[in-house]
Amino acid sequence: MKRVMKRVMKRALNWIRATILALSMLGAFPAHAVQPDEILADPALETRARDLSRELRCMVCQNQSIDDSDAPLARDLRLLVRERLKAGDTDTQILDFLVARYGDFVLLKPRLTAHTALLWLLPFLILIAGAGALLALRRRQRMAGVSIRLSEEEEARVAEVLKKEGL
Amino acid sequence: MIAEIGHYALVLALGLALIQGVVPILGVRIGDPVLAGAAQPLAFAQFLFVALSFAALTACYVASDFSVFNVFENSHSAMPLIYKFTSVWGNHEGSMLLWVLILSIFGAMVATLGRNLPAGLRANALGVQAWIAAAFYLFILVSSNPFLRVANAPAEGRDLNPLLQDIGLAIHPPFLYLGYVGFSIAFSFAIAALIEGRIDAAWARYVRPWVLAAWIFMTLGIAMGSYWAYYELGWGGWWFWDPVENASLMPWIAGTALLHSAVVMEKRDALKVWTILLAILSFSLSLIGTFLVRSGVLTSVHSFATDPTRGVFILAILVFFIGGALALYAWRAPMLRQGGLFAPISREGALVFNNLFLTTACATVFVGTLYPLALEALTGEKISVGAPFFNATFGPLIVPLLVAVPFGPLLSWKRGDLLAAAQRLLAALGIAAIGIATVFTINGGGPVIAPFAIGLSLFVMTGAIVDLAERVQLLRQPWQVSLRRAAGLPRSVFGTAFAHFGVGVLLLGVVCESNYGAERIATMKPQETIFVRGYDLTFDSLVSRQGPNYRELIAKYTVRRGGETVGTLEPGKRSFAARGNSTTEAALMTRGFSQIYVSLGDPNADGSISVRIYHKPLVLLIWFGALVMSFGGLLSLSDRRLRVGAPKPARKSAKKSSLQPAE
Repeated sequence: MKRVMKRVMKRALNWIRATILALSMLGAFPAHAVQPDEILADPALETRARDLSRELRCMVCQNQSIDDSDAPLARDLRLLVRERLKAGDTDTQILDFLVARYGDFVLLKPRLTAHTALLWLLPFLILIAGAGALLALRRRQRMAGVSIRLSEEEEARVAEVLKKEGL
Repeated sequence: MIAEIGHYALVLALGLALIQGVVPILGVRIGDPVLAGAAQPLAFAQFLFVALSFAALTACYVASDFSVFNVFENSHSAMPLIYKFTSVWGNHEGSMLLWVLILSIFGAMVATLGRNLPAGLRANALGVQAWIAAAFYLFILVSSNPFLRVANAPAEGRDLNPLLQDIGLAIHPPFLYLGYVGFSIAFSFAIAALIEGRIDAAWARYVRPWVLAAWIFMTLGIAMGSYWAYYELGWGGWWFWDPVENASLMPWIAGTALLHSAVVMEKRDALKVWTILLAILSFSLSLIGTFLVRSGVLTSVHSFATDPTRGVFILAILVFFIGGALALYAWRAPMLRQGGLFAPISREGALVFNNLFLTTACATVFVGTLYPLALEALTGEKISVGAPFFNATFGPLIVPLLVAVPFGPLLSWKRGDLLAAAQRLLAALGIAAIGIATVFTINGGGPVIAPFAIGLSLFVMTGAIVDLAERVQLLRQPWQVSLRRAAGLPRSVFGTAFAHFGVGVLLLGVVCESNYGAERIATMKPQETIFVRGYDLTFDSLVSRQGPNYRELIAKYTVRRGGETVGTLEPGKRSFAARGNSTTEAALMTRGFSQIYVSLGDPNADGSISVRIYHKPLVLLIWFGALVMSFGGLLSLSDRRLRVGAPKPARKSAKKSSLQPAE
């Protein structure tokens, strides 16, 4: 009986110790990205919220979306996004709202504007330019008379030689 | 005293590098073999002194000599011994010392292994290598000296950044640097060739092993960094398109392109001018990567300290080497003769296709990484370019490349037959189609593109197998014949097949993890259970532990499947007293290639704790794929034809091997 009591006491003590530890650590840890209390009851809205969160930058972090970040600002933005979603805004409306408030910096995928046209178009321009350069190079080689195809005369000679060899 | 020896050794290495940068090149110029031959002993001596310097700093760390400022800033006497070693490069100054150590190792290796190189080429290449070394020694000595002392030695150090107190720090930076710096060899050889104004197919043969070695290390280094971020940062991501990651990805892509174009150059004497340019670009991108990470232009866990003078210094190095190399290239390249013609549909054509898309992909990453910096500098406007941008641009660029991967090795040199190659790939196409259909049937309403991406990965994987099967005429000949043919195949053929197979494996992991993962975010009290993908995770208790230099709060979980216990998970949170910060220690359980990932959030007053639980299907394939790719590289590296200094095969064996299918 005594032993059981001791064990229960020990358990309780351990539990209290852990709780105290947990409490003492409350302030020491940064909050976690996407808290359980933020999650919306409607799964469809929540999915949209998560998708939007991945496109939005936590502006006090280093290249983190608000979905990944544990900064308080990211939490505020996540809550804001969910509030707007509940109010019935479309995704575009929410993004517009945030851009109006925080500027283009908040978008991880910049919109196509005069200033970002080069950013969006360069990959395709480079690809086209590369392909163009290859074509030009090929044409130049052909113009210079370098060809890897045999002329008719050469083909005839090859056929003749092959015939002679009995192939 | 030890610190001073290290400092002095580095100064001596600088002196040696300055001599090595001038004397051998002069020797080649005036035709004096003694002066030209001085490069080898100099390169070796340089290595010895840098190694001495590095050993001195390591000794300071192991002895916890806090009178050395660098040790005081980044170490703690209670830290486990392994981290005392690794924290040598867990800071700006030490990591630069590691950089030059690896540079000097490569220099010494060229000096000792490159006996079969033409004397002029070797002397010039080692000379160029010494310029790079000298610039970085100077950089360390002037702006990043790790050997500075503190007037009154503190009793205790300030500890290493807790995120870096991990085995990852022992592997990730050295491997990545071996890659970054390995490309310097290709760079030096390219510059040497441009100085000489002469280049031939043999050049590619000398350089390819070095590029291959650098590429293997870089592949492993990036993969290790990715896995480290995955388990350490605690939110389950493995690639963030962070500028610092991009800084390592760019030289990797350029290096991959270089590997492929060097094959064309070696085999067909074509694409010479382009290969030289790629060699210059690969290392230039390595330098840019070093600049981005070390200058403080970007802030991240990698940029240990920000100091404008360092940024300006590295920028000067950057401008000198990249600008100088490109100017030399513009001047000399038109004099190099092009050779080896080929039709668009041919092995060469496929490799050009590979280069076109890889270069574009690399440029996309480059533009995306630097555009915000440039735009802000020019207009003051701040924009963000993050993961969604790269996924939208990089992704579509990679798809045609992956589709082409199985075709390349099946096309013959000079002029290939696309239709015949497609016919031989019918089996691979069939397996891909079955894969797509299966995924659609199982996940009726799931993502639309993902099944096709899985099909593509299957196509790439089976394509690699088909390539081997075709070469050994599997099933068409008795298996003994096939086996004999396989034994006769050059190892580089297996290398190609493994590397391409690895690409497919990696893609499969990426697609499955990002499309079919499951996630639970919840607040859990002890004895509560959460169900995820067939697994029950029960939160048993919260306990605390004392580590060597941290306190740890641990949540104990029991994982059951169908009522049976399959294991326990102990995710934790560590708080480090010396720096007053903390880390999240995610707990992972591996089931096949999939993982269950648990990461702790905040403990609450009522004893509950918020937690994130993921099921990540086939996630390990991402890094396993990288391992397979590296193994392919290793096989290729061990191919005797590639080993510098391998004697030419005797005539008889050459004849015999010509009976084997042409590689």
